[in-house]
Amino acid sequence: MKLNVNGKSVEFSGDEQTPLLWALRDHLNITQPKFGCGAGLCGACTVHLDGQAIRSCLTPVSVAAGKKVTTMDGVTPALAKKIKDAWIAEDVPQCGYCQHGQMMSAAALLSKNPKPSDEDINSAMDGNVCRCGTYTRIRSAIHRAAKA
Amino acid sequence: MDRRSFIKSSAIVPTCLVIGFNAASEIAIAADATVPVAPWLRIAPDNSVTIINARSEMGQDTYTTMAMLIAEELEYPLGKVKIEIASTNPTHYINALLGGQITGGSTSVREAWTKLRTVGATAREQLKAAAAKKWNVSPADVTASNGVLTSGKNRATYGEIAIAAANMPLTTAPALKAQADFKLIGKRFPRLDTPAKVNGTAVYGIDVREPNMLVASLAQSPVIGGKPKNVDSSAAKSVPGVEAIVQISDGVAVLAKDFYVAKKARDLLKIEWDNGDTTAIDSMAAIESGIRNASKKDGAIILAKGNANPLDGVAKTFTAEYNLPYQAHATLEPINCAASVQNGECNVWGPIQFQQGATGAAMAASGLPEANVHIHTTFLGGGYGRKLELDFIRQAVEISKATGKTVRLQWTREDDMTHDFYRPASLNQVSAGVDANGKLTGLYSKMTSQSVTARAFPPFVVNGNDPFMGEGSANITYNISNLKVENVIHDSGVRVGYWRAVSNNLNSFAVESMIDEVATGTKQDPVAFRMSLLDNHPRAQKVLSTAAKKAGWGQPRSNGRFLGVAQSEAYGAYIAIVAEISMRDKKPVVHRLTAVVDPGVAIRPDQIKAQIESGMLLGLSSSLKTAITFKNGAVEQKNFDTYPMLRMSEVPQLDVTIIEGGGAPSGMGEVGVALVAPAIGNAIAAATGERIRTLPFIKV
Repeated sequence: MKLNVNGKSVEFSGDEQTPLLWALRDHLNITQPKFGCGAGLCGACTVHLDGQAIRSCLTPVSVAAGKKVTTMDGVTPALAKKIKDAWIAEDVPQCGYCQHGQMMSAAALLSKNPKPSDEDINSAMDGNVCRCGTYTRIRSAIHRAAKA
Repeated sequence: MDRRSFIKSSAIVPTCLVIGFNAASEIAIAADATVPVAPWLRIAPDNSVTIINARSEMGQDTYTTMAMLIAEELEYPLGKVKIEIASTNPTHYINALLGGQITGGSTSVREAWTKLRTVGATAREQLKAAAAKKWNVSPADVTASNGVLTSGKNRATYGEIAIAAANMPLTTAPALKAQADFKLIGKRFPRLDTPAKVNGTAVYGIDVREPNMLVASLAQSPVIGGKPKNVDSSAAKSVPGVEAIVQISDGVAVLAKDFYVAKKARDLLKIEWDNGDTTAIDSMAAIESGIRNASKKDGAIILAKGNANPLDGVAKTFTAEYNLPYQAHATLEPINCAASVQNGECNVWGPIQFQQGATGAAMAASGLPEANVHIHTTFLGGGYGRKLELDFIRQAVEISKATGKTVRLQWTREDDMTHDFYRPASLNQVSAGVDANGKLTGLYSKMTSQSVTARAFPPFVVNGNDPFMGEGSANITYNISNLKVENVIHDSGVRVGYWRAVSNNLNSFAVESMIDEVATGTKQDPVAFRMSLLDNHPRAQKVLSTAAKKAGWGQPRSNGRFLGVAQSEAYGAYIAIVAEISMRDKKPVVHRLTAVVDPGVAIRPDQIKAQIESGMLLGLSSSLKTAITFKNGAVEQKNFDTYPMLRMSEVPQLDVTIIEGGGAPSGMGEVGVALVAPAIGNAIAAATGERIRTLPFIKV
């Protein structure tokens, strides 16, 4: 099966029911999307499928065939830079494990809504758990990225 | 950097200035990276300065803070420092506050405060002495600044002098800088691990990749500690891609090239388990009645002052019981560990808080001696005490040994939630007595709970006294004439572990709720009442009065908002928290948490704020919503739907203020957690006139 990951065409030869998360991590060695719950409850595995934020732990890889799979490395460079710069400026991460998923949800939000309110941010980010509790810094970083 | 690449790079750099500690925990220097010094600092002739961090990084920022302490005295720009995660050296990287190479108990900074500044100062003085010799001047005439040594027209980089410095006699007791001269400590400086955690290059346990590595998914009994009795693996074997199926002491592992296949096949195993007798944990009623019965016994008296019965002769007595549930650590990175037992060597890679214990566990499971066991610590995707444990290290090594393969054991969230080392449930019985003027003259706090230490470090429980069970009670800051703190250790049969802020979570809820009950029951203002009892702790008074002021305590309040307060000493810090809540459908909604903390010396003010916010949100999650329960010997919660952790929309306004009381720095990683529950409980009582004494406040 051919997959398009971050703009590159790659071959996936495993079971078609393999969740996209494990296809990325264990077959393609793309490890930024993390495993948190396996049930779509924490958002650590968030990637984009044709620009939509999805939970890759629940999405069979077959669903991704013919679509664009994107991690932070494949987000539009200008947007990716704004988000990463904001995350660094706010010193957001503590353990850091959830942050790729957080940034992917933020990227999906900002591509649709370039100037989100606190409420917009809460609503877009509520599927992403941060056990360290960096939420207020995540929110500040999204506002910062929106202004950049 | 792992041990092998460390040795490789050491081969490229044959000599450099190495400063660290020897087996006697004495500071030592070496000119050669192979001598038995556990290095904290390495300055190479190519002018690279590497700080080797031997305290696990799990979010609490040891990564930057340890380096900052060294760089401050070294007079070297922190931004140019390279940081390595230390290899394991169980005898040389001792955390003196805990007695091992271990990260926990909010001890890293407290233990390192003098020690690592001395490492930096020693290096600085060695460099100055060597430069002075080279230039034929007095060391007092050499200046070390910004990574450069100068004296008159003479100038050299640290790298140029490094080898000569290593060959100078060891400088003993180098002078440490005065606080007024600090360039890094107390200043805002970004975390050095942030770029790697943002750009995705930070390697967590789950990201370990070794040649020919397989992924293992392990079937474990729903009852912790159960052992496989009969295993039918025929269906699992037939799954394409399965490479091996192997039984270990507490489970059956399926190995494959990817996790999906390994788990799919694991779920097809048919296993009959020998779970032993689970009667004690077959229901919460059984657990609770066990705790209740044990509470009738006498426990260890861990604090006694004044009258043997603190309530003798009081005018009025208040008595209440508080119940706290089991909690899971629920690190977002589920438990995992990679291991390779091959050719007489055992390598372990993973998210590890306790390297010394990991070494012992790997030795026992592999049968290899210490010299052949190598622990490689990665970044930890959350720790909170869970990754102090050694179960997953033993399992990974057992699987590798049994199969001869390099494996990375990966638990599911369900495995993690149901096989944790839970924060113990407790029954806290507190009595307080006031005199005719409403002055608190007696307090008796008795906790019945399970001892984590009795399981994990039994020698430290002496005469029924687990010192960690006195956190939040034995260190009470109130000046009360008659005081008794008693703890009953009761083994409920649950596997328990240290959970961020440990017994502070249990005792502070009980004590700080009772103090409030006495204040309101004698018609005294809860802040003024506490202030009157803190005359021996002016720092606590300042923290409390500041928190009250910032939260608007005593000001008229409309829109159904109410305040509750709590204060304590924890890990050397003084902290007060005010919660502002309203009630909606008889449930508390938390709008704002105001915290004021006195850490002694604020080494990283921005990260103190981050840690207090982090602690408060864990405290909020666990006091409002989460609890672990048992049925038929097994944990009932499996994932985040039934263990619902706090999400962004539920985060209240957080205000953190730092007041430096001076002296030495306190711990910080756990300081913010425990007071959120009593502050909210006290606010609920203010709002409704009713006390909720059993957590969590909202039953899911």
